Amino acid sequence: MTYKIVASQCTSCSACEAECPNVAISEKNGTFVINPKKCTECIGYFDVAQCVAVCPVDDTCIIDTSLPRYQPTGGAA
Amino acid sequence: MDDSSNFEFAAAEPLDDIMQKIADHKGCGTSGGSGKSSCGTSDGPDDMAPEIWEKVKNHPCYSEEAHHHYARMHVAVAPACNIQCNYCNRKYDCANESRPGVVSEKLTPEQAAKKVLAVASTIPQMTVLGVAGPGDPLANPAKTFKTFELISQTAPDIKLCLSTNGLALPDHVDTIAKYNVDHVTITVNMVDPEVGAQIYPWIFWKNKRVTGIEAARILTERQMQGLEMLTERGILCKVNSVMIPGINDKHLVEVNRAVKSRGAFLHNIMPLISAPEHGTVFGLTGQRGPTAQELKALQDSCEGEMNMMRHCRQCRADAVGLLGEDRSAEFTTEKIMEMEVSYDLESRQAYQNAVEQERLAKVAAKNAELETLAAEEASDIKILVAVATKGQGRINEHFGHAKEFQVYELSSKGAKFVGHRRVDLYCQGGYGEEDSLETVIKAINDCAAVFVAKIGHCPKDELTAAGIEPIDQYAFEFIEQSAIAYFKDYLDRVKRGEIAHVARGDADIRQGAYISA
Ligand code: SF4
Ligand code: SF4
Repeated sequence: MTYKIVASQCTSCSACEAECPNVAISEKNGTFVINPKKCTECIGYFDVAQCVAVCPVDDTCIIDTSLPRYQPTGGAA
Repeated sequence: MDDSSNFEFAAAEPLDDIMQKIADHKGCGTSGGSGKSSCGTSDGPDDMAPEIWEKVKNHPCYSEEAHHHYARMHVAVAPACNIQCNYCNRKYDCANESRPGVVSEKLTPEQAAKKVLAVASTIPQMTVLGVAGPGDPLANPAKTFKTFELISQTAPDIKLCLSTNGLALPDHVDTIAKYNVDHVTITVNMVDPEVGAQIYPWIFWKNKRVTGIEAARILTERQMQGLEMLTERGILCKVNSVMIPGINDKHLVEVNRAVKSRGAFLHNIMPLISAPEHGTVFGLTGQRGPTAQELKALQDSCEGEMNMMRHCRQCRADAVGLLGEDRSAEFTTEKIMEMEVSYDLESRQAYQNAVEQERLAKVAAKNAELETLAAEEASDIKILVAVATKGQGRINEHFGHAKEFQVYELSSKGAKFVGHRRVDLYCQGGYGEEDSLETVIKAINDCAAVFVAKIGHCPKDELTAAGIEPIDQYAFEFIEQSAIAYFKDYLDRVKRGEIAHVARGDADIRQGAYISA
Protein backbone atom coordinates (compact mmCIF):
# COMPACT_ATOMS: atom_id res chain seq x y z
CA MET A 1 0.00 0.00 0.00
CA THR A 2 2.75 2.36 -0.59
CA TYR A 3 3.22 3.77 -4.07
CA LYS A 4 1.56 6.97 -5.26
CA ILE A 5 1.63 9.07 -8.42
CA VAL A 6 2.65 12.73 -8.29
CA ALA A 7 -0.31 14.14 -10.18
CA SER A 8 1.44 17.33 -11.29
CA GLN A 9 4.06 15.28 -13.16
CA CYS A 10 1.87 12.58 -14.65
CA THR A 11 1.46 12.87 -18.44
CA SER A 12 -1.55 10.55 -18.37
CA CYS A 13 0.18 8.24 -20.78
CA SER A 14 -1.47 5.20 -19.16
CA ALA A 15 1.66 3.06 -19.48
CA CYS A 16 1.64 2.16 -15.78
CA GLU A 17 -2.02 1.14 -15.81
CA ALA A 18 -1.39 -1.78 -18.15
CA GLU A 19 1.69 -3.00 -16.27
CA CYS A 20 0.37 -3.10 -12.72
CA PRO A 21 -0.06 -6.74 -11.67
CA ASN A 22 -2.70 -5.77 -9.12
CA VAL A 23 -4.86 -3.53 -11.30
CA ALA A 24 -4.22 -0.87 -8.69
CA ILE A 25 -3.91 2.00 -11.17
CA SER A 26 -6.76 3.82 -12.86
CA GLU A 27 -7.56 7.14 -14.47
CA LYS A 28 -9.30 9.74 -12.33
CA ASN A 29 -10.07 13.19 -13.74
CA GLY A 30 -7.39 13.13 -16.36
CA THR A 31 -4.48 11.75 -14.35
CA PHE A 32 -3.66 8.34 -13.04
CA VAL A 33 -3.90 7.28 -9.41
CA ILE A 34 -2.82 4.26 -7.42
CA ASN A 35 -5.29 2.59 -5.11
CA PRO A 36 -3.21 2.10 -1.92
CA LYS A 37 -5.43 -0.80 -0.89
CA LYS A 38 -4.44 -2.77 -3.96
CA CYS A 39 -0.76 -1.81 -4.46
CA THR A 40 1.69 -4.44 -3.18
CA GLU A 41 4.85 -2.62 -4.33
CA CYS A 42 4.88 -5.43 -6.90
CA ILE A 43 6.21 -7.71 -4.17
CA GLY A 44 5.49 -11.29 -5.08
CA TYR A 45 5.26 -10.43 -8.79
CA PHE A 46 8.34 -8.56 -9.96
CA ASP A 47 11.72 -7.45 -8.68
CA VAL A 48 10.98 -3.82 -9.44
CA ALA A 49 7.83 -1.73 -9.14
CA GLN A 50 6.36 -1.86 -12.65
CA CYS A 51 4.87 1.61 -12.53
CA VAL A 52 8.26 3.08 -11.64
CA ALA A 53 10.05 1.14 -14.36
CA VAL A 54 7.70 2.11 -17.18
CA CYS A 55 6.86 5.70 -16.24
CA PRO A 56 8.45 8.17 -18.68
CA VAL A 57 8.76 10.91 -16.08
CA ASP A 58 11.31 10.23 -13.33
CA ASP A 59 10.15 10.53 -9.72
CA THR A 60 6.48 10.44 -10.64
CA CYS A 61 5.62 7.02 -9.19
CA ILE A 62 7.09 7.25 -5.68
CA ILE A 63 6.76 5.70 -2.23
CA ASP A 64 3.97 7.32 -0.26
CA THR A 65 5.78 7.93 3.02
CA SER A 66 2.58 8.82 4.81
CA LEU A 67 1.53 5.18 4.63
CA PRO A 68 3.17 2.10 6.16
CA ARG A 69 5.23 -0.07 3.82
CA TYR A 70 3.48 -3.06 2.33
CA GLN A 71 3.72 -6.16 4.52
CA PRO A 72 3.39 -9.34 2.54
CA THR A 73 1.24 -11.84 4.35
CA GLY A 74 2.28 -15.43 4.70
CA GLY A 75 6.06 -15.21 4.89
CA ALA A 76 8.94 -12.88 4.29
CA ALA A 77 9.21 -11.14 0.95
CA MET B 1 17.32 8.91 -62.60
CA ASP B 2 17.44 5.62 -64.36
CA ASP B 3 14.15 3.88 -64.97
CA SER B 4 15.59 0.78 -66.48
CA SER B 5 16.23 -1.26 -63.37
CA ASN B 6 13.64 -3.66 -62.07
CA PHE B 7 11.71 -2.84 -59.00
CA GLU B 8 10.84 -5.83 -56.95
CA PHE B 9 9.54 -5.78 -53.47
CA ALA B 10 11.95 -7.37 -51.03
CA ALA B 11 14.61 -7.78 -53.67
CA ALA B 12 18.12 -7.31 -52.41
CA GLU B 13 19.40 -5.49 -55.49
CA PRO B 14 19.60 -1.73 -55.42
CA LEU B 15 16.28 -0.11 -56.11
CA ASP B 16 15.77 2.96 -58.14
CA ASP B 17 14.07 6.04 -56.98
CA ILE B 18 10.67 4.60 -56.34
CA MET B 19 9.48 7.89 -54.96
CA GLN B 20 10.18 9.56 -58.22
CA LYS B 21 8.21 6.89 -60.01
CA ILE B 22 5.37 7.33 -57.64
CA ALA B 23 5.69 11.06 -58.04
CA ASP B 24 5.58 10.59 -61.79
CA HIS B 25 2.38 8.73 -61.13
CA LYS B 26 2.81 6.34 -64.00
CA GLY B 27 6.49 5.81 -63.81
CA CYS B 28 7.14 7.96 -66.82
CA GLY B 29 10.47 9.61 -66.73
CA THR B 30 13.48 10.06 -68.85
CA SER B 31 15.61 7.01 -69.17
CA GLY B 32 19.33 7.51 -69.02
CA GLY B 33 20.35 10.45 -71.13
CA SER B 34 18.09 9.70 -74.06
CA GLY B 35 15.25 11.70 -72.63
CA LYS B 36 12.62 9.39 -74.11
CA SER B 37 9.51 9.06 -72.15
CA SER B 38 9.12 5.43 -71.28
CA CYS B 39 5.49 4.77 -70.66
CA GLY B 40 2.00 5.15 -71.82
CA THR B 41 0.01 2.56 -69.98
CA SER B 42 -2.37 3.49 -67.26
CA ASP B 43 -1.67 0.57 -64.98
CA GLY B 44 1.26 1.90 -63.07
CA PRO B 45 4.96 1.94 -63.71
CA ASP B 46 6.10 -1.06 -65.69
CA ASP B 47 9.11 -1.52 -63.46
CA MET B 48 7.21 -1.58 -60.19
CA ALA B 49 5.45 -4.67 -58.93
CA PRO B 50 1.75 -3.91 -59.52
CA GLU B 51 0.73 -4.88 -56.01
CA ILE B 52 3.14 -2.37 -54.52
CA TRP B 53 2.01 0.30 -56.92
CA GLU B 54 -1.61 -0.34 -55.97
CA LYS B 55 -0.71 0.00 -52.32
CA VAL B 56 1.29 3.18 -52.50
CA LYS B 57 -0.15 5.22 -55.34
CA ASN B 58 -2.82 6.96 -53.29
CA HIS B 59 -0.91 7.07 -50.06
CA PRO B 60 -0.03 10.61 -49.06
CA CYS B 61 2.56 9.46 -46.55
CA TYR B 62 4.53 7.63 -49.23
CA SER B 63 4.17 9.84 -52.24
CA GLU B 64 4.44 13.60 -52.40
CA GLU B 65 2.41 13.53 -55.58
CA ALA B 66 -0.38 11.64 -53.85
CA HIS B 67 -0.23 14.18 -51.07
CA HIS B 68 -1.51 16.74 -53.57
CA HIS B 69 -4.71 14.75 -53.98
CA TYR B 70 -5.22 12.52 -50.99
CA ALA B 71 -5.12 13.00 -47.27
CA ARG B 72 -4.27 10.87 -44.31
CA MET B 73 -5.32 11.24 -40.76
CA HIS B 74 -3.91 10.00 -37.52
CA VAL B 75 -5.87 9.18 -34.41
CA ALA B 76 -4.27 9.42 -31.00
CA VAL B 77 -5.44 6.19 -29.39
CA ALA B 78 -2.03 5.00 -28.19
CA PRO B 79 -0.63 7.13 -25.36
CA ALA B 80 1.67 4.64 -23.65
CA CYS B 81 5.25 4.04 -24.72
CA ASN B 82 7.78 1.32 -23.93
CA ILE B 83 11.01 3.18 -24.65
CA GLN B 84 12.46 6.58 -23.86
CA CYS B 85 14.05 8.68 -26.62
CA ASN B 86 16.28 11.68 -26.09
CA TYR B 87 14.43 13.62 -28.80
CA CYS B 88 11.06 13.06 -27.23
CA ASN B 89 9.35 14.71 -24.33
CA ARG B 90 6.46 12.53 -23.29
CA LYS B 91 4.59 15.48 -21.92
CA TYR B 92 4.01 16.26 -25.57
CA ASP B 93 3.59 14.25 -28.72
CA CYS B 94 6.22 11.80 -29.85
CA ALA B 95 8.76 13.02 -32.36
CA ASN B 96 8.54 9.73 -34.20
CA GLU B 97 5.65 10.76 -36.41
CA SER B 98 4.54 13.91 -34.73
CA ARG B 99 5.97 16.99 -33.16
CA PRO B 100 6.63 17.96 -29.60
CA GLY B 101 4.78 21.06 -28.58
CA VAL B 102 1.19 20.08 -29.21
CA VAL B 103 -0.63 17.57 -27.10
CA SER B 104 -2.96 15.34 -29.06
CA GLU B 105 -6.44 14.73 -27.94
CA LYS B 106 -6.59 11.25 -26.47
CA LEU B 107 -9.35 9.14 -28.01
CA THR B 108 -10.94 5.81 -27.18
CA PRO B 109 -11.09 3.35 -30.10
CA GLU B 110 -14.83 4.03 -30.41
CA GLN B 111 -14.31 7.80 -30.54
CA ALA B 112 -11.48 7.33 -33.01
CA ALA B 113 -13.60 5.18 -35.32
CA LYS B 114 -16.37 7.74 -35.29
CA LYS B 115 -13.90 10.52 -35.99
CA VAL B 116 -12.46 8.65 -38.96
CA LEU B 117 -15.91 8.09 -40.45
CA ALA B 118 -16.88 11.70 -39.90
CA VAL B 119 -13.74 12.97 -41.57
CA ALA B 120 -13.94 10.50 -44.45
CA SER B 121 -17.54 11.49 -45.14
CA THR B 122 -16.65 15.17 -45.21
CA ILE B 123 -13.31 14.91 -46.98
CA PRO B 124 -13.44 12.36 -49.83
CA GLN B 125 -9.66 12.72 -50.22
CA MET B 126 -9.15 10.98 -46.88
CA THR B 127 -7.86 7.54 -47.85
CA VAL B 128 -5.43 6.57 -45.10
CA LEU B 129 -5.74 6.15 -41.38
CA GLY B 130 -2.67 5.90 -39.24
CA VAL B 131 -2.12 5.06 -35.62
CA ALA B 132 1.17 6.66 -34.70
CA GLY B 133 1.08 7.74 -31.14
CA PRO B 134 1.51 9.85 -29.16
CA GLY B 135 3.16 6.77 -27.60
CA ASP B 136 3.85 3.50 -29.36
CA PRO B 137 0.83 1.84 -31.02
CA LEU B 138 2.19 -1.62 -30.20
CA ALA B 139 2.66 -0.70 -26.54
CA ASN B 140 -1.12 -0.18 -26.67
CA PRO B 141 -2.08 -3.19 -28.78
CA ALA B 142 -5.65 -3.56 -27.53
CA LYS B 143 -6.56 0.05 -28.34
CA THR B 144 -4.73 0.07 -31.65
CA PHE B 145 -6.25 -3.13 -33.01
CA LYS B 146 -9.73 -2.34 -31.70
CA THR B 147 -9.57 0.90 -33.67
CA PHE B 148 -8.55 -0.98 -36.81
CA GLU B 149 -11.31 -3.52 -36.32
CA LEU B 150 -14.03 -0.88 -35.95
CA ILE B 151 -12.87 1.06 -39.01
CA SER B 152 -12.44 -1.93 -41.28
CA GLN B 153 -16.03 -2.95 -40.53
CA THR B 154 -17.59 0.34 -41.62
CA ALA B 155 -15.08 1.79 -44.06
CA PRO B 156 -13.33 -1.07 -45.82
CA ASP B 157 -11.84 1.26 -48.46
CA ILE B 158 -9.67 3.12 -45.94
CA LYS B 159 -6.11 1.91 -45.77
CA LEU B 160 -4.68 1.27 -42.32
CA CYS B 161 -1.14 1.95 -41.26
CA LEU B 162 0.79 2.19 -38.04
CA SER B 163 4.19 3.30 -36.90
CA THR B 164 6.22 1.80 -34.13
CA ASN B 165 9.60 1.91 -32.46
CA GLY B 166 9.77 -1.84 -33.14
CA LEU B 167 10.40 -3.12 -29.63
CA ALA B 168 7.10 -4.99 -29.46
CA LEU B 169 6.77 -5.55 -33.21
CA PRO B 170 7.71 -9.26 -33.46
CA ASP B 171 4.92 -10.08 -30.98
CA HIS B 172 2.26 -8.43 -33.13
CA VAL B 173 3.16 -9.18 -36.73
CA ASP B 174 0.45 -11.83 -37.03
CA THR B 175 -2.23 -9.51 -35.71
CA ILE B 176 -1.01 -6.81 -38.09
CA ALA B 177 -1.43 -9.27 -40.95
CA LYS B 178 -4.87 -10.31 -39.69
CA TYR B 179 -6.20 -6.74 -39.80
CA ASN B 180 -4.85 -6.23 -43.31
CA VAL B 181 -2.65 -3.36 -42.23
CA ASP B 182 -1.18 -1.91 -45.42
CA HIS B 183 1.99 -0.36 -44.17
CA VAL B 184 4.09 -0.39 -41.06
CA THR B 185 6.63 2.30 -40.31
CA ILE B 186 9.51 1.47 -37.97
CA THR B 187 11.64 4.23 -36.52
CA VAL B 188 15.22 2.97 -36.76
CA ASN B 189 17.85 5.45 -35.65
CA MET B 190 20.75 3.01 -35.34
CA VAL B 191 21.92 -0.56 -35.85
CA ASP B 192 24.94 -0.11 -33.59
CA PRO B 193 24.12 -0.30 -29.86
CA GLU B 194 26.96 2.11 -29.04
CA VAL B 195 25.21 4.74 -31.15
CA GLY B 196 21.86 3.69 -29.74
CA ALA B 197 22.97 4.26 -26.18
CA GLN B 198 23.34 7.96 -27.01
CA ILE B 199 19.77 8.13 -28.30
CA TYR B 200 17.79 5.86 -25.98
CA PRO B 201 18.32 6.21 -22.22
CA TRP B 202 16.17 3.15 -21.47
CA ILE B 203 13.63 0.61 -22.65
CA PHE B 204 10.96 -1.25 -20.70
CA TRP B 205 11.66 -4.88 -21.45
CA LYS B 206 10.40 -8.05 -19.79
CA ASN B 207 9.12 -6.18 -16.72
CA LYS B 208 12.38 -4.33 -16.17
CA ARG B 209 13.91 -1.07 -17.15
CA VAL B 210 17.00 -1.81 -19.24
CA THR B 211 19.51 0.97 -19.90
CA GLY B 212 22.62 1.76 -21.94
CA ILE B 213 24.14 -0.41 -24.63
CA GLU B 214 22.16 -3.44 -23.51
CA ALA B 215 18.90 -1.56 -24.10
CA ALA B 216 19.98 -0.44 -27.57
CA ARG B 217 21.13 -3.97 -28.43
CA ILE B 218 17.72 -5.44 -27.56
CA LEU B 219 15.94 -2.67 -29.44
CA THR B 220 17.91 -3.08 -32.65
CA GLU B 221 17.52 -6.87 -32.57
CA ARG B 222 13.76 -6.57 -32.16
CA GLN B 223 13.52 -3.93 -34.90
CA MET B 224 15.43 -6.03 -37.43
CA GLN B 225 13.50 -9.17 -36.48
CA GLY B 226 10.18 -7.34 -36.84
CA LEU B 227 11.19 -5.94 -40.21
CA GLU B 228 12.16 -9.38 -41.48
CA MET B 229 8.87 -10.87 -40.27
CA LEU B 230 6.86 -8.17 -42.05
CA THR B 231 8.82 -8.72 -45.25
CA GLU B 232 8.19 -12.48 -45.06
CA ARG B 233 4.46 -11.81 -44.90
CA GLY B 234 4.51 -9.28 -47.73
CA ILE B 235 3.51 -6.33 -45.55
CA LEU B 236 5.05 -3.09 -46.80
CA CYS B 237 7.47 -1.57 -44.38
CA LYS B 238 8.94 1.91 -44.35
CA VAL B 239 11.78 2.99 -42.10
CA ASN B 240 11.95 6.41 -40.48
CA SER B 241 15.24 7.72 -39.13
CA VAL B 242 15.86 10.90 -37.21
CA MET B 243 19.10 12.53 -38.33
CA ILE B 244 21.04 13.69 -35.27
CA PRO B 245 24.26 15.49 -36.28
CA GLY B 246 27.33 14.15 -34.48
CA ILE B 247 25.46 11.10 -33.17
CA ASN B 248 23.98 9.08 -36.02
CA ASP B 249 24.37 11.21 -39.15
CA LYS B 250 27.18 9.18 -40.69
CA HIS B 251 25.83 5.96 -39.21
CA LEU B 252 22.50 6.32 -41.04
CA VAL B 253 24.14 5.14 -44.27
CA GLU B 254 24.74 1.84 -42.48
CA VAL B 255 21.16 1.85 -41.19
CA ASN B 256 20.01 2.38 -44.76
CA ARG B 257 21.91 -0.72 -45.89
CA ALA B 258 20.65 -2.82 -42.98
CA VAL B 259 16.99 -2.03 -43.56
CA LYS B 260 17.21 -2.29 -47.32
CA SER B 261 18.71 -5.76 -47.12
CA ARG B 262 15.80 -6.80 -44.91
CA GLY B 263 13.20 -5.62 -47.38
CA ALA B 264 12.13 -2.13 -46.28
CA PHE B 265 10.71 -0.46 -49.40
CA LEU B 266 11.35 3.12 -48.41
CA HIS B 267 13.64 5.05 -46.10
CA ASN B 268 12.63 8.41 -44.71
CA ILE B 269 15.38 10.43 -43.08
CA MET B 270 13.96 13.30 -41.12
CA PRO B 271 15.79 16.12 -39.41
CA LEU B 272 16.00 16.20 -35.62
CA ILE B 273 13.80 18.97 -34.39
CA SER B 274 15.24 20.26 -31.20
CA ALA B 275 14.80 23.38 -29.12
CA PRO B 276 15.24 23.93 -25.38
CA GLU B 277 11.56 24.80 -24.93
CA HIS B 278 10.52 21.30 -26.05
CA GLY B 279 12.04 20.02 -22.81
CA THR B 280 13.63 17.03 -24.54
CA VAL B 281 17.05 15.76 -23.48
CA PHE B 282 18.51 16.88 -26.81
CA GLY B 283 16.74 20.21 -26.53
CA LEU B 284 18.29 20.79 -23.12
CA THR B 285 21.79 19.62 -24.06
CA GLY B 286 21.78 21.96 -27.05
CA GLN B 287 21.99 19.13 -29.59
CA ARG B 288 21.33 20.81 -32.94
CA GLY B 289 19.35 19.53 -35.90
CA PRO B 290 20.81 19.31 -39.42
CA THR B 291 20.70 22.11 -41.97
CA ALA B 292 18.77 21.64 -45.21
CA GLN B 293 22.01 21.02 -47.09
CA GLU B 294 23.25 18.41 -44.60
CA LEU B 295 19.91 16.61 -44.75
CA LYS B 296 19.82 16.60 -48.54
CA ALA B 297 23.44 15.42 -48.76
CA LEU B 298 22.65 12.44 -46.52
CA GLN B 299 19.46 11.65 -48.44
CA ASP B 300 21.39 11.87 -51.70
CA SER B 301 24.14 9.59 -50.43
CA CYS B 302 21.57 6.96 -49.42
CA GLU B 303 19.65 7.30 -52.65
CA GLY B 304 21.92 5.10 -54.72
CA GLU B 305 21.30 2.45 -52.12
CA MET B 306 17.58 2.73 -51.79
CA ASN B 307 14.43 4.73 -52.27
CA MET B 308 14.50 7.87 -50.23
CA MET B 309 11.45 9.66 -49.11
CA ARG B 310 11.79 13.39 -48.99
CA HIS B 311 8.41 14.85 -48.32
CA CYS B 312 7.77 13.79 -44.72
CA ARG B 313 6.37 16.75 -42.84
CA GLN B 314 6.64 15.19 -39.40
CA CYS B 315 2.96 15.80 -38.98
CA ARG B 316 1.27 16.04 -35.65
CA ALA B 317 -0.24 12.76 -34.49
CA ASP B 318 -3.82 13.97 -34.87
CA ALA B 319 -3.51 16.17 -37.96
CA VAL B 320 -6.23 15.99 -40.62
CA GLY B 321 -5.97 17.20 -44.18
CA LEU B 322 -4.09 17.63 -47.43
CA LEU B 323 -0.66 19.24 -47.95
CA GLY B 324 0.12 21.12 -44.80
CA GLU B 325 -3.54 21.81 -44.24
CA ASP B 326 -4.98 21.08 -40.84
CA ARG B 327 -8.71 20.73 -40.47
CA SER B 328 -8.61 18.99 -37.11
CA ALA B 329 -10.42 21.92 -35.48
CA GLU B 330 -13.54 20.87 -37.43
CA PHE B 331 -13.34 17.42 -35.92
CA THR B 332 -12.93 17.79 -32.19
CA THR B 333 -14.30 14.94 -30.08
CA GLU B 334 -17.15 17.12 -28.97
CA LYS B 335 -18.22 17.99 -32.51
CA ILE B 336 -17.85 14.42 -33.74
CA MET B 337 -19.95 12.91 -31.04
CA GLU B 338 -22.78 15.21 -32.12
CA MET B 339 -22.39 14.47 -35.83
CA GLU B 340 -24.71 12.20 -37.74
CA VAL B 341 -22.38 10.23 -39.93
CA SER B 342 -23.43 8.22 -42.95
CA TYR B 343 -20.59 6.65 -44.84
CA ASP B 344 -21.03 7.08 -48.59
CA LEU B 345 -18.63 4.76 -50.35
CA GLU B 346 -20.00 5.63 -53.80
CA SER B 347 -19.45 9.39 -53.73
CA ARG B 348 -15.98 8.83 -52.33
CA GLN B 349 -15.28 6.55 -55.27
CA ALA B 350 -16.59 9.12 -57.75
CA TYR B 351 -14.36 11.80 -56.30
CA GLN B 352 -11.34 9.57 -56.43
CA ASN B 353 -11.99 8.68 -60.06
CA ALA B 354 -12.06 12.37 -60.98
CA VAL B 355 -8.75 12.84 -59.19
CA GLU B 356 -7.20 10.02 -61.20
CA GLN B 357 -8.16 11.77 -64.46
CA GLU B 358 -6.50 14.98 -63.30
CA ARG B 359 -3.36 13.10 -62.34
CA LEU B 360 -3.15 11.54 -65.80
CA ALA B 361 -3.47 14.98 -67.42
CA LYS B 362 -0.66 16.27 -65.24
CA VAL B 363 1.69 13.46 -66.19
CA ALA B 364 0.90 13.93 -69.88
CA ALA B 365 1.69 17.65 -69.65
CA LYS B 366 4.95 16.98 -67.88
CA ASN B 367 6.05 14.37 -70.38
CA ALA B 368 5.32 16.65 -73.33
CA GLU B 369 7.52 19.29 -71.73
CA LEU B 370 10.24 16.73 -71.00
CA GLU B 371 10.39 15.79 -74.68
CA THR B 372 11.26 19.37 -75.57
CA LEU B 373 13.89 19.54 -72.81
CA ALA B 374 15.47 16.39 -74.19
CA ALA B 375 15.86 18.14 -77.53
CA GLU B 376 18.19 20.69 -75.92
CA GLU B 377 21.80 19.78 -75.42
CA ALA B 378 22.60 18.21 -72.06
CA SER B 379 24.00 20.47 -69.35
CA ASP B 380 25.57 19.78 -65.96
CA ILE B 381 23.71 22.65 -64.37
CA LYS B 382 21.37 21.77 -61.50
CA ILE B 383 19.24 24.28 -59.65
CA LEU B 384 16.67 24.18 -56.89
CA VAL B 385 13.39 26.02 -57.15
CA ALA B 386 10.70 26.59 -54.52
CA VAL B 387 6.99 26.25 -55.32
CA ALA B 388 3.96 27.65 -53.51
CA THR B 389 1.12 25.14 -53.85
CA LYS B 390 -2.12 24.15 -52.16
CA GLY B 391 -2.23 20.81 -53.93
CA GLN B 392 -3.56 19.31 -57.17
CA GLY B 393 0.01 19.47 -58.46
CA ARG B 394 -0.41 23.10 -59.48
CA ILE B 395 1.26 26.41 -58.67
CA ASN B 396 -1.81 27.75 -56.94
CA GLU B 397 -0.78 29.51 -53.73
CA HIS B 398 0.00 33.18 -53.12
CA PHE B 399 3.52 33.84 -51.89
CA GLY B 400 2.27 35.55 -48.75
CA HIS B 401 -0.14 32.76 -47.85
CA ALA B 402 2.23 29.87 -48.31
CA LYS B 403 2.75 27.79 -45.18
CA GLU B 404 5.42 25.79 -46.91
CA PHE B 405 7.32 25.69 -50.15
CA GLN B 406 7.99 22.54 -52.12
CA VAL B 407 11.50 22.27 -53.47
CA TYR B 408 12.31 20.72 -56.85
CA GLU B 409 15.72 20.00 -58.27
CA LEU B 410 15.88 20.87 -61.96
CA SER B 411 18.44 19.33 -64.27
CA SER B 412 18.68 18.02 -67.82
CA LYS B 413 16.88 14.95 -66.49
CA GLY B 414 13.79 16.90 -65.56
CA ALA B 415 12.17 18.09 -62.35
CA LYS B 416 12.59 16.05 -59.20
CA PHE B 417 10.88 16.72 -55.91
CA VAL B 418 13.53 16.88 -53.20
CA GLY B 419 11.78 18.26 -50.14
CA HIS B 420 9.76 21.01 -48.65
CA ARG B 421 10.41 24.00 -46.43
CA ARG B 422 8.02 25.02 -43.75
CA VAL B 423 7.47 28.67 -43.10
CA ASP B 424 4.10 28.79 -41.36
CA LEU B 425 5.08 29.79 -37.86
CA TYR B 426 7.35 32.51 -39.12
CA CYS B 427 4.31 34.57 -39.91
CA GLN B 428 3.02 34.38 -36.38
CA GLY B 429 3.88 35.54 -32.93
CA GLY B 430 4.07 39.25 -33.60
CA TYR B 431 6.80 39.21 -36.21
CA GLY B 432 6.50 42.15 -38.57
CA GLU B 433 5.97 41.63 -42.28
CA GLU B 434 9.63 42.35 -42.86
CA ASP B 435 10.85 39.75 -40.40
CA SER B 436 8.61 37.05 -41.80
CA LEU B 437 9.85 37.75 -45.31
CA GLU B 438 13.41 37.48 -44.10
CA THR B 439 12.72 34.09 -42.54
CA VAL B 440 11.05 32.85 -45.72
CA ILE B 441 14.14 33.90 -47.64
CA LYS B 442 16.31 31.99 -45.19
CA ALA B 443 14.16 28.90 -45.62
CA ILE B 444 14.46 28.90 -49.42
CA ASN B 445 17.89 30.53 -49.64
CA ASP B 446 19.27 27.59 -51.64
CA CYS B 447 16.72 28.10 -54.43
CA ALA B 448 17.27 30.04 -57.66
CA ALA B 449 13.61 30.88 -58.09
CA VAL B 450 10.27 30.72 -56.33
CA PHE B 451 7.08 29.87 -58.26
CA VAL B 452 3.90 31.49 -57.00
CA ALA B 453 0.34 32.14 -58.13
CA LYS B 454 0.68 35.76 -57.09
CA ILE B 455 3.15 37.99 -55.26
CA GLY B 456 3.26 41.64 -54.15
CA HIS B 457 5.80 44.22 -55.31
CA CYS B 458 7.76 44.48 -52.05
CA PRO B 459 8.49 40.80 -51.55
CA LYS B 460 9.24 40.56 -55.26
CA ASP B 461 11.98 43.18 -54.97
CA GLU B 462 13.44 41.70 -51.81
CA LEU B 463 13.53 38.19 -53.24
CA THR B 464 15.25 39.49 -56.36
CA ALA B 465 17.77 41.33 -54.18
CA ALA B 466 18.44 38.07 -52.34
CA GLY B 467 19.12 36.36 -55.66
CA ILE B 468 15.87 34.38 -55.75
CA GLU B 469 13.86 34.99 -58.89
CA PRO B 470 10.12 35.40 -58.19
CA ILE B 471 8.08 33.72 -60.96
CA ASP B 472 4.34 34.26 -61.32
CA GLN B 473 3.96 33.67 -65.03
CA TYR B 474 3.01 30.01 -64.49
CA ALA B 475 0.19 30.78 -62.07
CA PHE B 476 -2.24 27.84 -61.72
CA GLU B 477 -0.25 25.71 -64.18
CA PHE B 478 1.09 22.23 -63.39
CA ILE B 479 4.24 22.39 -61.27
CA GLU B 480 6.57 20.02 -63.10
CA GLN B 481 5.62 21.13 -66.58
CA SER B 482 6.23 24.76 -65.59
CA ALA B 483 9.46 24.01 -63.78
CA ILE B 484 10.89 22.24 -66.82
CA ALA B 485 9.84 25.12 -69.08
CA TYR B 486 11.51 27.55 -66.69
CA PHE B 487 14.66 25.45 -66.61
CA LYS B 488 14.94 25.45 -70.40
CA ASP B 489 14.69 29.21 -70.34
CA TYR B 490 17.24 29.39 -67.52
CA LEU B 491 19.75 27.35 -69.52
CA ASP B 492 19.13 29.58 -72.54
CA ARG B 493 19.75 32.70 -70.55
CA VAL B 494 22.96 31.26 -69.11
CA LYS B 495 24.09 30.33 -72.62
CA ARG B 496 23.35 33.80 -73.96
CA GLY B 497 25.25 35.28 -71.02
CA GLU B 498 22.19 37.12 -69.68
CA ILE B 499 22.53 35.54 -66.26
CA ALA B 500 25.38 33.82 -64.49
CA HIS B 501 24.79 30.43 -62.91
CA VAL B 502 25.98 30.64 -59.31
CA ALA B 503 25.82 28.05 -56.55
CA ARG B 504 23.34 29.02 -53.86
CA GLY B 505 23.96 28.87 -50.10
CA ASP B 506 22.41 26.68 -47.43
CA ALA B 507 18.94 27.03 -45.96
CA ASP B 508 17.39 26.72 -42.49
CA ILE B 509 15.13 23.91 -41.34
CA ARG B 510 12.43 25.42 -39.26
CA GLN B 511 12.22 24.22 -35.67
CA GLY B 512 8.82 23.69 -34.17
CA ALA B 513 5.44 22.10 -34.67
CA TYR B 514 4.46 21.90 -38.29
CA ILE B 515 0.88 22.78 -37.78
CA SER B 516 0.03 25.65 -35.52
CA ALA B 517 -2.11 24.82 -32.53
S1 SF4 C 1 4.13 -0.69 -7.33
FE1 SF4 C 1 3.40 -2.41 -8.55
S2 SF4 C 1 1.51 -2.95 -7.53
FE2 SF4 C 1 1.98 -0.91 -6.82
S3 SF4 C 1 0.92 0.42 -8.24
FE3 SF4 C 1 2.98 0.19 -9.03
S4 SF4 C 1 2.76 -1.47 -10.49
FE4 SF4 C 1 0.96 -1.59 -9.18
S1 SF4 D 1 3.29 5.95 -16.46
FE1 SF4 D 1 3.74 7.81 -15.28
S2 SF4 D 1 3.12 9.47 -16.64
FE2 SF4 D 1 2.20 7.60 -17.47
S3 SF4 D 1 0.16 7.56 -16.58
FE3 SF4 D 1 1.49 6.36 -15.21
S4 SF4 D 1 2.19 7.84 -13.70
FE4 SF4 D 1 1.34 9.02 -15.36
